[in-house]
Amino acid sequence: MSAAEILWQNVRPLFGALPVTLEVLGLLLVIGLTLGTVLAFAQAYGRRPLRYLCIGYEQLFRGIPPLVVLLFYWGVLQSFDTPRVLVAALALGMRSAAYQSQIFRGAIQAVPPGQMMAARSLGMSRLQAIRSVIVPQAFRLAIPPWTNEYSSVVKDTAFICVIGGLIDLTRQALMKVAPLSMRRPVGTQLILPYLIILGLFYLALTYGGNGLLAMLERRMRIPGFEMKGKVER
Amino acid sequence: MSAATKHDLGDVILRVEDLHKRYGKDEILRGVTFELRRGETKVVIGPSGTGKSTLLRCINQLSVPDKGRVWLEDVEITHARTNINRVRAQIGFVFQDFNLFNHLTALHNVSLGLIKVKKMPKGAALRRAREELARVGLAAKENSYPAELSGGQKQRVSIARALAMDPKLILFDEPTSALDPELIGEVLEVMIQLARGGMTMIVVSHEMGFARAVADRIIFMEGGGILEEGTPSDLFTCPRCERTGQFLRKITELYGETDGQ
Repeated sequence: MSAAEILWQNVRPLFGALPVTLEVLGLLLVIGLTLGTVLAFAQAYGRRPLRYLCIGYEQLFRGIPPLVVLLFYWGVLQSFDTPRVLVAALALGMRSAAYQSQIFRGAIQAVPPGQMMAARSLGMSRLQAIRSVIVPQAFRLAIPPWTNEYSSVVKDTAFICVIGGLIDLTRQALMKVAPLSMRRPVGTQLILPYLIILGLFYLALTYGGNGLLAMLERRMRIPGFEMKGKVER
Repeated sequence: MSAATKHDLGDVILRVEDLHKRYGKDEILRGVTFELRRGETKVVIGPSGTGKSTLLRCINQLSVPDKGRVWLEDVEITHARTNINRVRAQIGFVFQDFNLFNHLTALHNVSLGLIKVKKMPKGAALRRAREELARVGLAAKENSYPAELSGGQKQRVSIARALAMDPKLILFDEPTSALDPELIGEVLEVMIQLARGGMTMIVVSHEMGFARAVADRIIFMEGGGILEEGTPSDLFTCPRCERTGQFLRKITELYGETDGQ
């Protein structure tokens, strides 16, 4: 068997593991986005005790390594028969929510206070003003920093390999590296290229996602409203 | 009487009684009382930091006064059970720094309140918004975003936004103070037209030419209270308070007498 054949033999299962990574990524983004949004609004508009609660949440989840959060969730939730994908998504999603809430809160507070005042002066309720004036503006301001957070969580998904029985990209790759290392000399020479290919999978996810987000940003662009010094992908 | 009162003033539309407002240690308003009649243009002048802007904000409760009452016709705005949103929809507010909605075109800035607050169908709201933009001379700019407009144009859009709501009165908070001198005229012109057309308005402004031309009454405020109120000719020719005269002389010296025409 040629080296290329051996390599392909080991790369092919990565495509099989990709859906698991994608599932966790999708779920964690939904969890992070939803919870992050709620936390951001609670912080920007909530009463004091609620605000402190959110700050506590944030400090907690931003202060613990993702790997530790994952292990903790896995330890607690596996006894409840929680699907592994969900455990992984919950752990990383709740962590991402802490970061995303900061992005959204910053975006909300970056909308000048006069915007709310003008909306209220027309007779809009606070909720109406938030919905039709604050959110559309904050949303645009949040896209560039959110792109950053997206790249960050894509890479975090590699940590889910620590959950037993969850075969994601990284886990699958690690499972193949051991047998490869036994096949001297061809196998050991293939480990490095193999890991590079694994990296390319993640690169494709971040690059592709950032491309889509940049497209969204362009589509939503309004004169005089672009983020100054925005992040080019 | 000056040429200002070209129309008969109607009944009392707004009553402000003993308004007090304090920010921290500073008492910004110390008991302000006045009445506004339908069709009246009242110009509020006075040194900065006297509470003129606070007064306007306390009228439509953008700032909640600590004490005192405000009536719009027979509705007490300051009453806890009053639906403040319904009241605000009837009181236009024009801000010093425009506060146009940055994410909307001129047209949608004007139509937003009609759609969201007055629940007008979209088509009708856009038609009405176009009429108001035409009224302030900006029909050609309906698709421009605020960032693409000059200060004067922005302020005219914000006046159109207020007008579209069919307000019973409009409060102007130093509408020309943030503008380059050459752009003040176009805004004053729109306001003069409104005043002459019988719109009820309170204008906080240092534009003495404007005040002379269209004010029915001028209020001079200092130290959080009304020092003197009278017709422009009363105040300009023989102010009862020495302090009013001093201020008027100074302001005329500083700003000249452009009447925006």
